[in-house]
Amino acid sequence: MVETYPFPADTNHVITASRVNFFYGATQALFDISMDIPGRRVTAFIGPSGCGKSTFLRIFNRMNDTITGTRIEGEVLINGEDIYESGSNVVRLRRKVGMVFQKSNPFPKSIFDNVAYGPRIHGTHDRQQLAEIVEQSLIRSALWNEVKDRLETNALGLSGGQQQRLCIARALAVGPDILLMDEPASALDPKSTIRIEDLIGELRNEYTIVIVTHNMQQAARISDYTAFFYEGRLVEFNATKKIFTKPREKQTEDYITGRFG
Amino acid sequence: MSTRREQIIYLLIRMVMYSIVLVIGYILFDIVRHGLPALNWEFISEYPRKSGSEGGILPAIVGTLSLLAGTIIVALPLGICSAIYLSEYAEQTRFTTIIRLAIITLAGVPSIVFGLFGLGLFVLFLNFGTSILAGSLTLACMVLPTIIVSSEEALRAVPLGYRDASLALGATKWETIRTNVLPYSLSGIITGSILGIGRAAGETAPILLTVAAFYLPKLPKSIFDQVMALPYHLYILATQHPEADKVLPLQYATALVLLLLVLGLSLGAIFIRIHFRKKYRW
Repeated sequence: MVETYPFPADTNHVITASRVNFFYGATQALFDISMDIPGRRVTAFIGPSGCGKSTFLRIFNRMNDTITGTRIEGEVLINGEDIYESGSNVVRLRRKVGMVFQKSNPFPKSIFDNVAYGPRIHGTHDRQQLAEIVEQSLIRSALWNEVKDRLETNALGLSGGQQQRLCIARALAVGPDILLMDEPASALDPKSTIRIEDLIGELRNEYTIVIVTHNMQQAARISDYTAFFYEGRLVEFNATKKIFTKPREKQTEDYITGRFG
Repeated sequence: MSTRREQIIYLLIRMVMYSIVLVIGYILFDIVRHGLPALNWEFISEYPRKSGSEGGILPAIVGTLSLLAGTIIVALPLGICSAIYLSEYAEQTRFTTIIRLAIITLAGVPSIVFGLFGLGLFVLFLNFGTSILAGSLTLACMVLPTIIVSSEEALRAVPLGYRDASLALGATKWETIRTNVLPYSLSGIITGSILGIGRAAGETAPILLTVAAFYLPKLPKSIFDQVMALPYHLYILATQHPEADKVLPLQYATALVLLLLVLGLSLGAIFIRIHFRKKYRW
């Protein structure tokens, strides 16, 4: 499929951010960002360190709320709902918007308990049902065959790449529509990285994936759309092919050709 | 050149360490050597006779054990909850800095001050009388700072990633703490707390004014009763007894029992630690 930008008229925008400003205390980290993210596509955020791409990602599941002294202006709609409206349910939001972190962070529990953690806190306690969810999630994250015989062993015994796929399975287990990935492969060896990228390729048909990466080849390989951030501003957003072949902005071109960053 | 200096420093550090071990070892050796001959079943299972010149120290053992139990019941939940609040919920403002400073200062307050405080508040004002209740509460106040500080450190040692992952899955803050912070830090919390409580077991000043009986050869019936306690009994034998020299073996044996009690407590802490380490390895 050839992705185009501006989006075709019938595109389903799962995430719509309008005029977002974001502050850490008195320091403004994001400036007036507006952006529509299409459903069931992979959208990559690229840019040099400190450009605000991770901060912007963490707005979508309100993870920035856990940092004291942060403040957001503007509007963010997910599936048409204003997620920062007072009275909006963060727990429900995070069920629908899963997240995978840069540093794989499986709980120091068994593989099974890791994947079952989300369903359990959301009220599923039936062993049979949990086993079903765990199996399905591990199959989807392409980890099932490697761990099916040792589900009760500690997750920290897995390799780095396996741990990260376990974290993906854990996120999938609560049944999200959207997956946010914050440099999910940056701490992995090349082989494990390829596995994660393949996995993203398999998940793209079912989930809306937003991935932050500092690896431009990775963005080019796996994403349909790419957004380039610089110093807290969204410089350019376009179909990935366009960004990497004919960027509109000089800054984008400089960055992807390696002239800075 | 630098390796030579390295060696000298290494040697110095080693000697300091050995000298400390030597001193502690000698104290332990001395207590065991003099105490062991007087330690027998009769000594720990019978009531004292003739103001402690004969018989055993059962009431003092029971007294100290009940004080310890009371202290743990009061101080552990309070301390852990305070630590959870400080580490997980409170925003880091000047106010919490002052609270932390106050807690650390409290840890350094001499124990007789806690004894006087307990006398004023629990014994007199709240009218608990000299009782296990008043004594336990006083000891609890004394060990609270230690428990809070060590628990907070144990909570902070849990990597942020666990909290983030749990929150990102839609867990509430409390669910996150209960399932993914507290269990991992429990070994540290228990170890730190037991060390503090073990020290409280040997304190004389706080119980002197709030619970301890000079000579009371019977067991307590309720938490409003007075009891004998090991450290206080030791103090009496050593300084107040008309024939202090003659009861010297009993003093040593009492000290040995107290030591064994604290050792048992520490072993319990180590056991709990191993259990949780095995369960949650990180």
